[in-house]
Amino acid sequence: MSKKYLNDVIQTIPPSGIRRFFNLANTMEGVVSLGVGEPDFATPWHIREEAIYAIEKGRTFYSENVGLFDLRKGVCDYYERRFNIKGYDPEKNALITVGASEGIDLVMRALLNPGDEVIMLNPSYVSYAPTVILAGGKPVIIEVKEENRFKLLPEDLEKAISDKTKMLFINFPNNPTGGVMNREDYEKLIPIIKKHDLVVLSDEIYCELSYGHKFTSIASFEEIKDQVIILNGFSKAYSMTGWRLGYVLAHEDIINAINIIHQYVIMCASTISQYAAIEAINHGDKDCELHKESFEQRRNFIVNGLNKIGLTCHMPEGAFYVFPSIKNTGLTSEEFCEQLLLESKVAVVPGSAFGSCGEGYIRISYAYSIEEIKVALERIERFLKSIDFVK
Amino acid sequence: MDEIKLLNVLKNDPRISTEDLADILNEDVDDVAKTKLRLEKEKIICGYHTVINWDKTNTEVCSAVIEVSAKPERDKGYDQVAARIARYPEVKTLYLISGRSEFLVLIDGKTMKEVADFVGQKLAPIEGITQTVTLFVLKKYKIEGVELSEKEKDERMLLSL
Repeated sequence: MSKKYLNDVIQTIPPSGIRRFFNLANTMEGVVSLGVGEPDFATPWHIREEAIYAIEKGRTFYSENVGLFDLRKGVCDYYERRFNIKGYDPEKNALITVGASEGIDLVMRALLNPGDEVIMLNPSYVSYAPTVILAGGKPVIIEVKEENRFKLLPEDLEKAISDKTKMLFINFPNNPTGGVMNREDYEKLIPIIKKHDLVVLSDEIYCELSYGHKFTSIASFEEIKDQVIILNGFSKAYSMTGWRLGYVLAHEDIINAINIIHQYVIMCASTISQYAAIEAINHGDKDCELHKESFEQRRNFIVNGLNKIGLTCHMPEGAFYVFPSIKNTGLTSEEFCEQLLLESKVAVVPGSAFGSCGEGYIRISYAYSIEEIKVALERIERFLKSIDFVK
Repeated sequence: MDEIKLLNVLKNDPRISTEDLADILNEDVDDVAKTKLRLEKEKIICGYHTVINWDKTNTEVCSAVIEVSAKPERDKGYDQVAARIARYPEVKTLYLISGRSEFLVLIDGKTMKEVADFVGQKLAPIEGITQTVTLFVLKKYKIEGVELSEKEKDERMLLSL
């Protein structure tokens, strides 16, 4: 088949640059991985059981396009119960998607005109920039820096804004950096967002994994609430990655618009997953707490361990990643990860996979047992010694 | 220091080194060592046990759950009877319970006969005990929160973003 059949846009988007590295890792035996972006817990049994029950009862038909009412009500109630954000109406402000990923695509396609600029953090999750480009928009990046604990600073936001700026796309707690924004951090951004009338797309998928502080959603600022689109899902909070279920909370006009795309492209998210998710959202707070406690212990263990072996990093306050610098090795992220994999059989992800500003860093996931982390740390320590790494 | 967090870590892994425990709790090693020692002295930590699936060894083990009915004594309630039951090393666990009987006794013996002898000759004759119902354990699936079936392997991909 010739590439001549492909459209112009898709030909400008390269496949993920680390595919080769991934393929290499998958062919090797005895690899200890700290490389995945999903929790290691199985979906809690009471949630799985609801899906089984739905199947037994034959609840296997399409749902409404926007999703089952009980689930939409569940997510609205959840935001009020957990984060004190009131006023989302399940009839108007909620839509259930196939993972949060679908939500990103829907929002970009429904909101962007050709050439509209979307400001996003760099490094950031891999799908953000391509989704914007596919929708005809233009990604504008703000480098978030380690010395600022990977927060978004108001001066950087102000600088990135042009007369083409339509949207600010944020993700806190952040993949890959583990960075968070608290209430005070957001307060400084609000006047800028108001002044420039920006839409804010807030990917809050890691909201339940906030350590030592209470998660703040940017939608809690009443003065910009109608401009905020909340993106969330069940994958990280309830270990439901494979169920592919997410949701969008936003102003009625935005929900109606994204539902036009959703209804023609997707029809509705898996009904079976939705029944399970009703159980998760209504009765899963305890699971979130338990998972969080476990992740917090692993975070402490791995950060203290990394600092002991010389890969210094600060204690991230959210998600389940640490993002240490490897600049002192003189290796690129990809070289470092490839050598670490080949010589010491530890798989981590090069920071460069998450954008140009991730170069010089590696993403280490701690969604693993303490025993696995311990083995990986020993191997990383040996590797650092073998390349004469100095702190 | 959050002692509950410390206890929860130890509950899942009593063998953990003090250094690793300190790293997990993000606390100073000496503080952790001192706290652990104090919790042991105060009998908040009462022991460190191993969960063993005896069925996978050559050793015969016969476990039983015994419902014990008893009469309370004036001023002492059930405590005196409980103390008499607990004294036997065969008794692994003893609870005062609500419902149709008073105590639940978990015992481990080598054979059914050994358990039966213990119940008939030691337990049932204890003063104050009026009835026993012995339920022999046929198979253990889960002990102390640990499922005894083979651990399912990590089904996740090696790398994902």
